[in-house]
Amino acid sequence: MTVETTELKLPSRIEAVAEAAAAVAGLMSRSGIDENAAFGIDMAVREAVTNAVLHGNKKDEKKFVEISFMSSPGALEIKVHDQGAGFNPETIPDPTADENLLKTSGRGIFFMRSFMDEVDWVIRPEGGTTVRMVKRF
Amino acid sequence: MAELNISERQAGDVTVLDMDGKITIGEGSVALRTAVRRMLEEGKKKILLNLAGVGYIDSSGIGELVSSYTAINKDGGQLKLLNLTQKLQDLLTITKLLTVFDVYENESEALSSFK
Repeated sequence: MTVETTELKLPSRIEAVAEAAAAVAGLMSRSGIDENAAFGIDMAVREAVTNAVLHGNKKDEKKFVEISFMSSPGALEIKVHDQGAGFNPETIPDPTADENLLKTSGRGIFFMRSFMDEVDWVIRPEGGTTVRMVKRF
Repeated sequence: MAELNISERQAGDVTVLDMDGKITIGEGSVALRTAVRRMLEEGKKKILLNLAGVGYIDSSGIGELVSSYTAINKDGGQLKLLNLTQKLQDLLTITKLLTVFDVYENESEALSSFK
């Protein structure tokens, strides 16, 4: 795995999801990440950016989503920062509980946690929330 | 080219929607929602979604499948799924939605399962 950092700053439009996915796809291809891991990472990135655009920045195009991908030998670290008020991830209901199976939303964070080895959130003192995700190889 | 192409065919009283593309937030999810709403407006309540050509789905797309399922059930109809790709099957497994959806690998079996 090569050492490489990619940084993006995108306006809060849903198109940011595809732009972020294209950027991470390029990095994963250059790093030789296998297809299965790449599928999960792609999905986690899309879900994290979707959350930043919709829930963090509430599609306010004056607000930005800042994304960084950092590959190093043995790991890929992804950070997605929004300018929203933040949330407590512990309050997100388990989408696999019987009573939540037919809910039409609430699976994004579940996928991020399913496909990445580490997922955590930091509410920055200067404002906004950063989700940090790590995949180890 | 649209993100999700949906073509409709009739097999007896079952409407088969052959889907090709991605069911993701935005265009793909909206295309699925629009197609299912149109089916219900036309009184077509037995719907088989052929997902053989759907190589990618996100949480929004999965939410849209659930939404379609509940909308059709509420209207007294049935929605079943055909030809899941391995990736989609994996996603429905980890979300436990394989316990909700009626899923088939064979079209004639799927068609004969409709009541």
